[in-house]
Amino acid sequence: MIEVQHLTKRYGDLTAVSSISFSVASGQILGFLGPNGSGKTTTMRIITGFLPATSGTVKVAGFDIFDDSFEVRKRIGYLPETPPLYNDMTVTSYLRFVARIKGMARGEISAALDRVLMRCGLGHVANRVTGHLSKGYRQRVGLAQAIIHNPDVLVLDEPTVGLDPQQIIEIRTLIKELAGAHTVVLSTHILPEVAQVCEKVVIISSGHVVKEGLITDLTQDGQTLEDVFLRAISQEGAAPDFPQAVSEEAAQ
Amino acid sequence: MRNILTMVGKELRAYFVSPVAYVVLTGFLLLGGWFFFNLLSRFNLMLTLYTQMQGGEAINRLNLNDYVIAPLMHNLAIVLVILVPMITMRSFAEEKKNGTYELLLTSPLRTGELVLGKFFASFLFICIMIGLTGMFPAILLIFGNPEIGVMVSGYIGLVLLATVFVALGLLTSSFTENQIVAAVSGLVATLLLYIIGWPADSAGDVLGPLLRYLSVTEHFADMVKGLIDTRGLVYFGSLIVLALFLTQRSVESLRWR
Repeated sequence: MIEVQHLTKRYGDLTAVSSISFSVASGQILGFLGPNGSGKTTTMRIITGFLPATSGTVKVAGFDIFDDSFEVRKRIGYLPETPPLYNDMTVTSYLRFVARIKGMARGEISAALDRVLMRCGLGHVANRVTGHLSKGYRQRVGLAQAIIHNPDVLVLDEPTVGLDPQQIIEIRTLIKELAGAHTVVLSTHILPEVAQVCEKVVIISSGHVVKEGLITDLTQDGQTLEDVFLRAISQEGAAPDFPQAVSEEAAQ
Repeated sequence: MRNILTMVGKELRAYFVSPVAYVVLTGFLLLGGWFFFNLLSRFNLMLTLYTQMQGGEAINRLNLNDYVIAPLMHNLAIVLVILVPMITMRSFAEEKKNGTYELLLTSPLRTGELVLGKFFASFLFICIMIGLTGMFPAILLIFGNPEIGVMVSGYIGLVLLATVFVALGLLTSSFTENQIVAAVSGLVATLLLYIIGWPADSAGDVLGPLLRYLSVTEHFADMVKGLIDTRGLVYFGSLIVLALFLTQRSVESLRWR
């Protein structure tokens, strides 16, 4: 469903992502792991068509993100690092607006709205202004926004940040339910989360893919995912070096 | 088309659910009312003076169009030079700051639809602003007999002038994520367009007419006098189209390699 090949992104002299390749099969949940500043957000921004790559290709559902960006964007739902909310809109009017710009037919919107309000547990805040919601609820509205048009591909940048333990469990359950019908790419640095939710992981460090594989394969010789992760990123030269960390900030 | 309407709806609602619309409308009408009151009382004073002096010739030259409406239009134009960049400053800059730009640019929206949606929303807003000042001429129509044609032409001029400013404001807003930077550079652009004709008289035979043609004041003043000229319409039209085209390029440029 998603094919990333030799993807490179430079900001001036800084290389945020350097020739990374991986693929995600249809219906799979991919965990995208990496230390802070390793290029996760940059990669996700490129996959969703927000940023252009310096070189390399990304294909989503067979469409090239550079040549057929419009077709890709129709099929993708994206939750950025900070939920993209309009602070003066109510939850309902915001989600209706998103549904419309995602190209949903007028008649389908009300049903879709009810569905996501229920799925994301937003029913009782539906008429509140998003600017007044707590961080956890803002995150849920962000997730509702990403799934309202029932996209083939979901890209979620740290979806459980800022949620309480109860909510984290709910969101994880929700993401697991989405698998099968949707292909999900999710970035995080919470390892147990990946172990619970994802089938496949890609570990990147300093802009390079250092490990890729199914979780069952990576952990079959008794290692925990934590061991795999730490060994993978230490091969690459311990913590990410300074320029990469800066370039990640520059991207924001 | 549907996407443009969706954007217009969202933008207009954003104006009216925040205090922005009300502050701008109140301020604009307050200033407009003050100008109107002063111009009218000056007109009244002149009328009394001329009547006392029995200056028959001068009294015939006094009329509401030239002494109240025309200066009112010019004063409102100056207020628009300052206010319009403040109305448009948020249009792209705020989206970038809030992270909602990511939502818009990863949605199946064409950049043209995005730019036109924002443009029409701001355009409708300035139409509401200018439309509300219509009460001043309406008062004159009830109590006096100004020429309607000249007033209408002046209002068309005012709307065109403000539309050019809107397009320029959108352009400067699309360059930055900082609203202050967007507003200040927008103000510089609108003000420059307003005063660019000032050195025209001493600028020589080639540069002079060119500066005069580039000046928004020149074409606006014609329309306030009741003169709707294709030269002026082409001027306003091409500036609007050019600024919107550059805005579309500026938004699109994020996707360039």
